[in-house]
Amino acid sequence: MSAAGTRPAGPLRRAALRLLRVLGLPVLLVLGWWIYSVAEPTFYLPTPGRVAGAFTEVWFSARITEDVLPSVGRLLTGYALAGLLGVGLGVAIGSSRALRAAAEPVLEFFRAVPPPVLVPLITLLAGLDTTMKVLVIVSGCVWPVLLNTVEGVRAVDEVLADTGRCFGLRGPARLRHLVLPAASPQIMAGLRQALSIGIILMVIGEMFASTSGIGHTVVLFQRGFAIPEMWSGIVVLGLLGFGFSLAFRAAERRILAWHLARGEERGRHA
Amino acid sequence: MTRREERAGAPMSAPRAAGLGLLGLACLFAVAEAVPRLGLIDPRHLPPATAIVRRLAAELGDADLWTALGETMRSWAVGLALACCLAVALGVLIDAVPGLRAATASTIEFLRPIPSVALIPLATLLFGAETGSTLLLVVYASFWQVLIQVLYGVADVDPVARETARSYRLGRWARLRHLVWPTALPYVMTGVRLAAAVAFILAVTAELVIGSPGLGLRIQLAQSGGAVTEVYALIVLAGLVGVAVNAVVRAVERRVLAWHPSVRGEVAR
Amino acid sequence: MLEITGLGKTYEGRGGVEALRKIDFRVDGGDLVCVVGPSGCGKTTLLKCVAGLLTPTAGEVRVAGRRVTGPPPGMAVVFQEYGRSLFPWMTVRKNVELPLREKKVPAPRRRELVEEALAAVGLADAAAAHPWQLSGGMQQRVAIARAIAYEPRVLLMDEPFAAVDAQTRAELEDLLLTLWRRLGVTTLLVTHDIDEAVYLGRRVIVLSSAPTVVQEDLAVDLPAARDQITTRSAPRFAELRAHVYAQIKQAKGRAAGDRTAGDRAAEESAPPRQVPSPAPRDLKRKTDGRTR
Repeated sequence: MSAAGTRPAGPLRRAALRLLRVLGLPVLLVLGWWIYSVAEPTFYLPTPGRVAGAFTEVWFSARITEDVLPSVGRLLTGYALAGLLGVGLGVAIGSSRALRAAAEPVLEFFRAVPPPVLVPLITLLAGLDTTMKVLVIVSGCVWPVLLNTVEGVRAVDEVLADTGRCFGLRGPARLRHLVLPAASPQIMAGLRQALSIGIILMVIGEMFASTSGIGHTVVLFQRGFAIPEMWSGIVVLGLLGFGFSLAFRAAERRILAWHLARGEERGRHA
Repeated sequence: MTRREERAGAPMSAPRAAGLGLLGLACLFAVAEAVPRLGLIDPRHLPPATAIVRRLAAELGDADLWTALGETMRSWAVGLALACCLAVALGVLIDAVPGLRAATASTIEFLRPIPSVALIPLATLLFGAETGSTLLLVVYASFWQVLIQVLYGVADVDPVARETARSYRLGRWARLRHLVWPTALPYVMTGVRLAAAVAFILAVTAELVIGSPGLGLRIQLAQSGGAVTEVYALIVLAGLVGVAVNAVVRAVERRVLAWHPSVRGEVAR
Repeated sequence: MLEITGLGKTYEGRGGVEALRKIDFRVDGGDLVCVVGPSGCGKTTLLKCVAGLLTPTAGEVRVAGRRVTGPPPGMAVVFQEYGRSLFPWMTVRKNVELPLREKKVPAPRRRELVEEALAAVGLADAAAAHPWQLSGGMQQRVAIARAIAYEPRVLLMDEPFAAVDAQTRAELEDLLLTLWRRLGVTTLLVTHDIDEAVYLGRRVIVLSSAPTVVQEDLAVDLPAARDQITTRSAPRFAELRAHVYAQIKQAKGRAAGDRTAGDRAAEESAPPRQVPSPAPRDLKRKTDGRTR
């Protein structure tokens, strides 16, 4: 009877431990910040309470529709365009040995250009409007997608390619059933890199030359020494980055389900 | 291996590949020359390639440019080194203390995707338009790249090897030195390679946006002065430096890992 | 059904490696022919030329009278590397179905063919699994199911059972024989395993070492109904096996340059040879002592 009484505590305790593991350190960190900012008040580091207050005040307002959503919209537009462009060009270049050899040094160069330096350039060319901001994002995001797609298409398994040829897999069907799925782990890796570059470029485009957007707002707060508000902006950017990363991972789990599960299977047998 | 001759994935001979590569670069150059000359794009927006190259040559004769480049590379090197040391130390600590990995996982997962540029306002407040700002961004951005790889690396130690080491009563330090570190090293080098590229991007970005001294600041000044050709020349220079950074880091990686028995695939995340 | 005349393949590149010198043989419709040869003799190159995956540098391959220039329609290939030949992002069912889809087989018929093929290889229950969730032998069964569902006129198999364990291998060999008897599909199987070649084939073609020619074309006069125990312990099986083994040993020992063109021409034009008497050597070897 006593054994039966203690048994239900098992899963409960495990759940509590899990919660402690997940939340323990973040809570400690915030507490530490709080204690520090109260004990040693400085101008630059407001208490978490004040930042939270500024957060609700600043961001739960028209700013969501005027700054946050347009920023996110531009990011997604540019990212999607870069993805299409990168995968399309990547498949074309990756499928031809000669083209690949010819394009490689050029691509190496473009990849090595730090994407943010394109911001002043594109500002010069396209001005300060939405097109420029989307263009900035496209021009930075396209390279990792392109290079990874080329690599993925090149590395399609030889036996698999032969199998496809034997069974008459050609043209669009070959692309859809063979090349793209085979390259998809690489393509997703490229898209992941592109996403973090995209966020950086979104912010920089707005910081550098813009009259709206999250980046612009945060810089305004900083210039006006509105410190809690500025911190709240940093939190918004952090949450955005975290949110996009979660969304990406969910998408990746769906798209690469076969790949991830196969990896686990192999790990088990290894 | 000869069987692969007719396949798109097969390697081609090195001189042929190099020739094609040069051809590709030549094509890029020709297009960049022809497009403005033919008036397809206003030369005020895209100067001909020869003009950009001339401008770049002139820039390279300018001592100020070399000072600026030196500033950028110093921030890059110092920031990268700091980030690597911090990340390796923290990664090994997380591995060594039981329970620490589980306790820190959520925090790392949350902090890692925070875009480093979010710290630009903070850096500006703390350091102003000085090298400190650049360093803060560089260290923050490259730290995560290395840390993640270190964590993958130390987790990859073969459990059988771990138990063997314990059964021979190897001490904590000996285990770290002879077991954990050699296993993790290829991962660490991957992290360093990724971080080196990120560090260079962030160094230039910080200078560009915050205005701390360096290559980025020069680009910003050229842009606000409307010197289009100079902007292009400096961007080309930034790209060349980026290529050099990648090449150097890859060479170092090959050297460091030349003796290493394992050939490991890169961890995607 | 399958005619190979004067087939040669030299790989370009430094020096030019001559893999196949001159291969001639034909496979009649509904026959099952095994090709064996010493390792490195270009068995796979031969198969890939027949499959239209490689372009020969001399001679030609004809399938049903038509010259092969690329993978011909109505031909299915089963590769040794089952793990790399099945599409890992598709379920077993989708893997079997994909070539039929490309062949524009209408959906109901497609479903029927897939069900039949999977049932024939004993994998009806695994249709929804992904290939990598199955054992090696089961994966190769999927590849075989895919090939037979395609309803090919010619089935090519490149060392199909080389990567599975011995017991699975015996099972798959019997599965192949059963399917072949039922479907009557012309089959060309390349293997390095002499026992397997003799056990499966109605004819065995022995290749020389590279540069490769046909060393011998041997009719296997074992009863049509074969099974692992009685066939493999039959004295005739041992004789044939020993004979092929001796041929391969001879092929390995002799440098190809020593042989005159006349020799070769005489051998090549010869009809399938019968082994008249017990071969002197190797008779004492146990029948399960495989040469690998």
